Parts: sequence; structure tokens; C-alpha cells
Amino acid sequence: MNDTFRYRLVLAVLALVAAILFLLSLTVGPAALGFTDGIAALFSAKAGAIELIMREIRLPRALLGLMVGATLGLSGAALQGYLRNPLAEPGLIGVSAAASLGAVIAIYSGLTMVIPLALPLSALAAAVIAVVVVQALAGLRGGTLTIILAGVAVSSFAGALTSLALNLSPNPFAALEIMFWMLGSLTDRSMSHVWLAAPFMLAGWLMLAALGRALDALTLGNETAASMGIDMRRVQSLAVFGTAASVGAATAVSGAIGFVGLIVPHVLRPLVGARPSRLLPASALGGACMLLAADILVRVIAPDRDLKLGVLTAIVGAPFFLWLVYRTRRKLA
Amino acid sequence: MLLDVQNLQATLGGRSVLNGLSFSVMPGEFIGLIGPNGAGKSTLLRALLDLTPCDGAVALGALDAAYVGPRERALQMSYVAQEREVAWAVPVEMLVALGRSPHRPGFAPLTDADRIAVERAMQRMEVDNLRDRPATELSGGEKARVLIARALAQETPLLLADEPAAGLDPSHQIALMRLFAELAANGKSVVASLHDLGLAARWCTRLLLIDAGRIVADGPPSQVLTPQTLRDIYGVEAFFGETSGGLVVQPLDLVAADTGARS
Repeated sequence: MNDTFRYRLVLAVLALVAAILFLLSLTVGPAALGFTDGIAALFSAKAGAIELIMREIRLPRALLGLMVGATLGLSGAALQGYLRNPLAEPGLIGVSAAASLGAVIAIYSGLTMVIPLALPLSALAAAVIAVVVVQALAGLRGGTLTIILAGVAVSSFAGALTSLALNLSPNPFAALEIMFWMLGSLTDRSMSHVWLAAPFMLAGWLMLAALGRALDALTLGNETAASMGIDMRRVQSLAVFGTAASVGAATAVSGAIGFVGLIVPHVLRPLVGARPSRLLPASALGGACMLLAADILVRVIAPDRDLKLGVLTAIVGAPFFLWLVYRTRRKLA
Repeated sequence: MLLDVQNLQATLGGRSVLNGLSFSVMPGEFIGLIGPNGAGKSTLLRALLDLTPCDGAVALGALDAAYVGPRERALQMSYVAQEREVAWAVPVEMLVALGRSPHRPGFAPLTDADRIAVERAMQRMEVDNLRDRPATELSGGEKARVLIARALAQETPLLLADEPAAGLDPSHQIALMRLFAELAANGKSVVASLHDLGLAARWCTRLLLIDAGRIVADGPPSQVLTPQTLRDIYGVEAFFGETSGGLVVQPLDLVAADTGARS
């Protein structure tokens, strides 16, 4: 079938681009290492400086770029399909804001000085609390509008508490650390960040991937989908908890990185025939490509200034989004 | 018996919408649900599909509907909603194929049987020439036909449709009524809410006249549609006639206030 072939081609191209960007990400950095030397060092048994840099600095950074990007792309596509709204994005249900608050609490309270992984753990815990609140508010027959409203309320409250922490910050360094963390970055992450986030992300990915058929049916609205045998309670739980687990873990290790989950599904939707189930894998690969590319760019543009990843995605993403709105406004009108 | 409903009650926002309806649907019936705006026709259809909370007993074949899962229900009943919602610009053929969802386990692709059902449904609704068009770019009437084709592809013993004829041109309205009558003649059953009394009178095998959440008349069109019921329930005077093709009903004017119209 013609469009099945095109869909597989899109997936193959995206996977190839993601693989190339992953290798590029491994070879970009302040230590001037040759490409072959670096890759060889990843697999060598020695424990020299090159091996250390590759395994402890560059590999976790590239892996996290891949995982966080895939998470943002996949959850963006799943939420847009579930809420039937092209403006939905992973932050909508309050997970990102809550995870940020958790991280800020860990920095503010000084827990990060005592326990090495206090920051991501605290961020994950806050994300879980937020999603339980949203799910409890929405209830079993809650529906999508209640989820959006509950998400907005939770996001606002978490944002307010984050501002309070900044406001009452005992010294300017803590405030600065909080601000910098919230900008979103993959700099100086270790393999323990990867191992911490991976199980949650994997669980979230599985939950969101299981939504495919239901999201297709939801194209025709909640009631028609239900009449076609879709269990709407199961769909709601999978969408909310899948997003919470994967995006909560992503935010916990990288900070809040915006626009990827909003833009990637937008760009790829026409390429997969607008079909929500096909958009899921395409968007996961596309998200990984975009985040890896952005993370390479921040290192190339300003090697010595530590340009934050979240800043770059927003600076590039927002005008691009404006252009998308401009291009599609005739259809929206 | 395909469907048996006993003492069905439902409230919406504290207002009682269904006040104890009882009826059953036999194989081979094309039932028209008629009644004024707000009578409870849509709520009745939605209650049968468990889309709105309700009290009372609904039996689906030999099973109590309360214990039937979403997928088993979808194999028994298909539904054409009143809102013609299509969120994404998916091709028509893929949209119609969504009707096969309850027949397909897990991540299974479409089987040959699925493709045949989709093709037959598209041909029946005359939308097979639209198969590659994005469904969001169709006219209102075309979209309505595509969505009915989607429900036909589900191939269930019972088809529920909420105002399926609204927005169709006369030839497609009649084609739709013919199709529903033909489905009924082949042993399936259709329950459709209709506002066009002329279509209801001519094509349905049975009419349920609903007012204020109650069934006020139940029977063949010639018994349900009488000058007196139209005056009492709708507050209209109508022309009644008889042709070789069946009963003709054409509402003409509002009942004059002094002849006892409802306020």
C-alpha cells in the first residue's frame, strides 16, 4: 500500500537522522577528540582520560538527549491525539511545572548537597503527586476538559510555589542555581541520571504506545470512540500516567525543555497522513532528532558560555511555531 | 430479541430527561425515534450505549448490558453520533476502516474480511470515490455519509443513529432510508432519531414517539402519526395522504392558539 510505504520511509529516515545525530553528539565537546578515537574509547577496556570523557560525560549526555527528546515527542503526539487539540503539549497536565517545583525544593532545602540524586528524585516525586491530583480531580467520567483545567490549576500552583522559593531564597547563589536549572540543560549529567530516568521513561513509553488504536478512534470524538469498543477510562489512565512517568522523569533529569512536544507532532502530522497511531513512533524519533540537534548546537554556538538547551529550543521553537500558525491559519479560520 | 429496555431513567444536570421508558427491538425492525426538540431522543440513544449515566434494565440479546464490556457492546451496536466531529485530516478510507476496531485484536492489521466490509460500506454510502480525500475537507453532507459508512463497516446486528438524515440532500436522504430499510429486511435492526416526519412515515417499520422523556406512542407509522398526536405533541397541523409507497405526512402550519396547542 502506497501510504504504508511512505510511512515506513518516514520512520526509516527519522531513525537514520537520529542515529547520525547521536554519533555527532558523542563527538562534540570541549575536549578535542577524534571521531574514531572517541568511538573506539567507548568500547575499549582501558581507563584513560579519553575513555573517561566518552563514558562518563559524552555518552550519558547523548543518551539523555535521545531519551528526553523521544519522551517529549511521543508524549506531545499522544496528548494532542488524546485531547484532540493540536495545541496540547506535555506540560499541559501539570507534570513539568510540578517536577520543576520538586527540583527547586531539593536545591532550596540543600538536599542536593547531602544526597547526590536528591534533585531528580524530588522532581519525580512532585510529578507523581501532581498527576495523582489531576487524575483525582478529573475522575473516571471527567473527560478531557476537566483534565486540561486541572492541569492548568496544578501548573499555576506549582509555578507560584517555585516563585515563592525564589522570592525567599536565602542567598543569590541558590536563586541563580534554581534559575539555571529551570532553563533546562543536559550538561554534566552522569550515567546515574540515565539509570534513574530510564525505567520511568520506558514504563511511560509503553503506556503511551499502547494508546495507538484508541487515539485513531478518538479522531471521531469520545462518544463515537466509546461506541467502537474503546474503554475511555483505560485510555485516560494510560494517557495521564504515561505522560507523567515519562515527562516527569525527563524533567527530573534535564529541567523543563519547551516546544519540542508541541512542534514535532505538528511538523510530522502531514507526513504520516494525520493518523494519530502513526504519529506516535514518528514523533518519538522526531523529538529525539530535534533535541539531539539542539544539544549539539548549544555546544557549537557557544562552547564556553554554557548556553542552556531549553533557551535554544524556545528561541528557535517559538518563531517556528508562529510560522506554522501563519501557514495553517487559513485552515483554522 | 436484540434489545430490551425496561424502565429506563436518566437525569442531566438535575433535570429528569428520561422518565421510565420501556420497549424492545426485534431483528428486522427499522424504528424511527420521533419527538420534539428536548424530548430525550439523543439521551435515549446515548443511554443505550452507556455514554450517559442511567437507571433501569437494558438487555443486549440475552445479556444484561451492565455486564457487557465496551468491546462486546461494540460488536452488537454501532452508533452514528449527531455531532460530525473529525479532529484530524485523515483519509476517508482510513476513517471508515475505524469501524472495524472492535473486530481486530490488539495491534492486528486489517484482514481481507475487514477490507471487504470497508469497501462495501463505502459503496453503500456512495463515498468510495472520496476514499483518498482528507475527511476534514468534505462538505457537511459528504462527511455525514462517510461517518455513516464508518458505522456500517462495524457490521453490527443493531445500528443506532442520531439524526443521520440531517444535512443530506433529498436523493441521499432517500438513499439512506432505503439502505436502513434494506438492512432491516435482511434481519438487522436500525433505530434512528428523525425530525423529518415525511421520511419517518414512509420508510420506518415502526415509530416511537417520545415526549418529555416518555414514550407516548409506539407502533406502525399509520397508528403513531395521526392528526391528533401531531397537534398534541408538536402543535402542528399536517397534510395526510396515502400513496402506493405508503403514508405521506407533511406538516403545514402551527396549530392556532385557541384549538388547544401546548404553550
